[in-house]
Amino acid sequence: MSTWEPVIGLEIHVQLSTRTKIFCGCRLSFGDEPNTHTCPVCLAHPGVLPVLNAEAVRKAIQVGLALGCEIAPSAIFHRKNYFYPDLPKAYQISQFDNPICGPGRFPVLDERGDFEVGITRAHLEEDAAKLIHLSVDGRRAGAERSAVDFNRGGTPLVEIVTEPDLRSAADANTFLHQLRQTLLFLGVSNVNMDEGSLRCDANVSVRQAGTTELGTKTELKNMNSFRFLERGVDAEIARQIAILEDGGRVAQETLHYDPASGSLHSLRSKEESHDYRYFPEPDLVAVEPDPAWVEELRRDLPELPGAVRRRWVADLGLSFEDAEVLSEQPELVAYFQRAAALTDPKLAANWIRGELRAQLRELGQEPWESRVTPELMAELVDLVAARTVSQAVAKDVLAEVIAGGGSPGAIVQAKGLGQIADSGELEAVVDRLLAENPAQAQELRDGKEKLVGFFVGQAMKETQGRADAAAVTAIIRERTA
Amino acid sequence: MPAVIEAEVVRHVARLARLGLGEDEAERMRGELSVILDYVAEIQALDLHDVPPTTHVVEVKNVLRSDDPAPSLSRDDALREAPDVIAGGFGVPRIG
Amino acid sequence: MTTAGSKILEGFRPIYTATCVERLEAAGAVVIGKTNMDEFAMGSSTENSAYHPTRNPWDAGRVPGGSSGGSAAAVAAFQTPWSLGSDTGGSIRQPAALCGIVGVKPTYGAVSRYGLIAFASSLDQVGPFTRTVRDGALLLSQIVGRDPRDSTSLDWPEPIRVPDAERLDGVRVGVVRELMGEGTEPGVRSAVEAAIGHVEALGGSVVDVSLPNSRYGLATYYLIAPAECSANLARFDGVRYGHRAADAEDLLEHYERTRGEGFGPEVKRRIMLGTFALASGYYDAYYAQAQRVRTLIVRDFAKAFETVDVIASPTSPTVAFRFGERTNDPLAMYLADTCTIPVSLAGLPSLSIPCGLADGLPVGLQLAGPAFSENRLFDVAHALEQAIGFDATPPGVFA
Repeated sequence: MSTWEPVIGLEIHVQLSTRTKIFCGCRLSFGDEPNTHTCPVCLAHPGVLPVLNAEAVRKAIQVGLALGCEIAPSAIFHRKNYFYPDLPKAYQISQFDNPICGPGRFPVLDERGDFEVGITRAHLEEDAAKLIHLSVDGRRAGAERSAVDFNRGGTPLVEIVTEPDLRSAADANTFLHQLRQTLLFLGVSNVNMDEGSLRCDANVSVRQAGTTELGTKTELKNMNSFRFLERGVDAEIARQIAILEDGGRVAQETLHYDPASGSLHSLRSKEESHDYRYFPEPDLVAVEPDPAWVEELRRDLPELPGAVRRRWVADLGLSFEDAEVLSEQPELVAYFQRAAALTDPKLAANWIRGELRAQLRELGQEPWESRVTPELMAELVDLVAARTVSQAVAKDVLAEVIAGGGSPGAIVQAKGLGQIADSGELEAVVDRLLAENPAQAQELRDGKEKLVGFFVGQAMKETQGRADAAAVTAIIRERTA
Repeated sequence: MPAVIEAEVVRHVARLARLGLGEDEAERMRGELSVILDYVAEIQALDLHDVPPTTHVVEVKNVLRSDDPAPSLSRDDALREAPDVIAGGFGVPRIG
Repeated sequence: MTTAGSKILEGFRPIYTATCVERLEAAGAVVIGKTNMDEFAMGSSTENSAYHPTRNPWDAGRVPGGSSGGSAAAVAAFQTPWSLGSDTGGSIRQPAALCGIVGVKPTYGAVSRYGLIAFASSLDQVGPFTRTVRDGALLLSQIVGRDPRDSTSLDWPEPIRVPDAERLDGVRVGVVRELMGEGTEPGVRSAVEAAIGHVEALGGSVVDVSLPNSRYGLATYYLIAPAECSANLARFDGVRYGHRAADAEDLLEHYERTRGEGFGPEVKRRIMLGTFALASGYYDAYYAQAQRVRTLIVRDFAKAFETVDVIASPTSPTVAFRFGERTNDPLAMYLADTCTIPVSLAGLPSLSIPCGLADGLPVGLQLAGPAFSENRLFDVAHALEQAIGFDATPPGVFA
């Protein structure tokens, strides 16, 4: 049996979070009443003309820079012609052979080994409107009629096209995840897959391992969650391998993954014909970004998640996993970095990632919007590190800080919650417990090790959790040896 | 370049353009397009590989709009000229 | 109501106002109506209107030219002192010539196209029809200049002045021999030559200039303009406005019948031609090649303007023709624009002034200059207009 190598490339559509549409002044919106954010331009009334949104250009260039792309000295727009009710002009203003962002390379950090994905291009275009299918289940198939809502039409999009550099569905997932975070850090998009502000299509083919020629590819449309991407691509790889091993040939087609059934359907329909008749858009002029401005944008890019993780693992000694979780959001990065600068970074990572987020999750808060400032968090971590408070007490103190209690040190002091470090005091507690529980003390002396835990628990109870568990254990062992 | 274009090409182009042409109309179109294409063929003989194309006669670049919202139409105005309105949207027949 | 002469926009009420109209209204002008035209500005006789014919005030059996034939006829017939038209390949200048009035096609980018229903976006310009050059300049002065809603509209370097030049001292006028060759009616040629004859008397000089690639103008234009129009007219799909086919079973039928019923024969021809020119497998040989020839034509003009200030030629090779004379031969109709098209392809300012009669019908003199040379063009045109002394009153119009 031969080994097959999957070859995967992605096309990702990113809605840019500008205030207005790409070619007119209508506000971007999501979930509003249909057709309440339109104007003659985005409804394609006779005689209207597009005018390019400067902020869309800026954000597209930021995306290109973050993906390591060359920024075109001169970019132009093309018309992509096809009829569909969600495309009011019957052409999409897009880019063809002169996109704003040219080739680039994007490094992906992965626990199983870092890899790099070639970026073919990233170009600007306008989003289509939304079709509402009027059938029982809201699907296109079987719908008697449809209605068009043009609110979304004209939202600025950046389409990112990768080289066919990905070799597994898991790699595709990891790449998309890091791309999503990168876009989040850039602040150019809401990157919300549920709301469609990040959409992914995948081109999939397989070939014999060790060969270089590409097999026939299929296009998987709208893999709009990380899970669907991974499952859909895996299903398609399996389907293609099965065809090839049966001696068949893969047909070049567009497929739709149905997450409910896990199967893939061909999207071909009779009105489809792929001749887009691209030609230069006469209503728009060339975009020639000033190289000095591009350099300024490059300089002002935030530190991106990949770089953040690499630095944290190397310089702060964080685990890959801690680094990954704490770099999910740019606000969290800032939060952690502020706290880590004031205390032990590894311990801070542990506490922020674990207890802080767990307690805040109950309240539906994020660390950076909570009362626990990075400074207060660092103070608490310091108390733990210095063994001033026990883990258990620290958790209670954290809850008080979250509730608005202010400085952890002050809380500990005011309530006398400091860990009992005085061995004389702990010895007295242990001696009293052994005396009060003679039967258990005897069993322990006879070698029933489990009872150490019982006495430690009793000691904790006695001291309201202020006892140092390790110190108590040592005293119990000494006394019962 | 063929002086006469084939009926199949006429049908293909009409489909791309979503133009419903009757049989007679398509046949007449074939004849007329052939005459015009025959006429324009004179420029195809020119060797212009070193001549850049002209897409715009204006030399301006970077005409951009600031990202400031402008008022949108009311929904009633947006839908005013629509031949078919359903559920606050522009109605279209069954898709494929 | 705005229909662009098409059934597909029957009953359409626009939801906004064009920039040029807004500017005229702001300047105190009163809009009294909209005029007939060839459907979507495609034609040279106004016979392609889906609604009704427009007659030439000089001879009711003849066409007014086109595509802005209604605007030209209205001014020629003294129904209005001024009107606006649009010129893609000659649609202001040719009807002005055939109706014996002044028609101005400004530099591409001079007047905002916002609100002008697009035919061929890289060529379309709005411009005035008037009975005198001074009126033409005055009207243009109010609509010219950058519009933030049209990315291709230009900051205008200087105000458009109302001309008062009586002399042409130092002005070099180039006569384009290629545009006065075969196909030019003898009466047209002699009227144009007589008009050019005034130049030296007024202190200017006349030289021959050559635009060798202008012979390819028509072929180039009939690829570029239809290609652009095939996309520009794709929005007429019966979803948001305009005609919609009744009871279509599905989307494909809806599109094909809506557009098949809504567009007239010439519009369909050009959509077909343009779709073909852009289609996969034909693009390089047709559309891309036409854009390269366009470059040659632009260069021809640049070279000519190294030695002359203004280029002169007939506006139309013929006077107004009879109804039906060319409707069965699209190519013959296209030939009406041989003199105006090269100027359009180069995006240059140009105007037509009446320069005499041939067989009792007006003949137009076309003057063209480098980009932004409107003021000089108006000066030259005004001086010649005074010297020619044409009476722009059609016989019987006040009878």
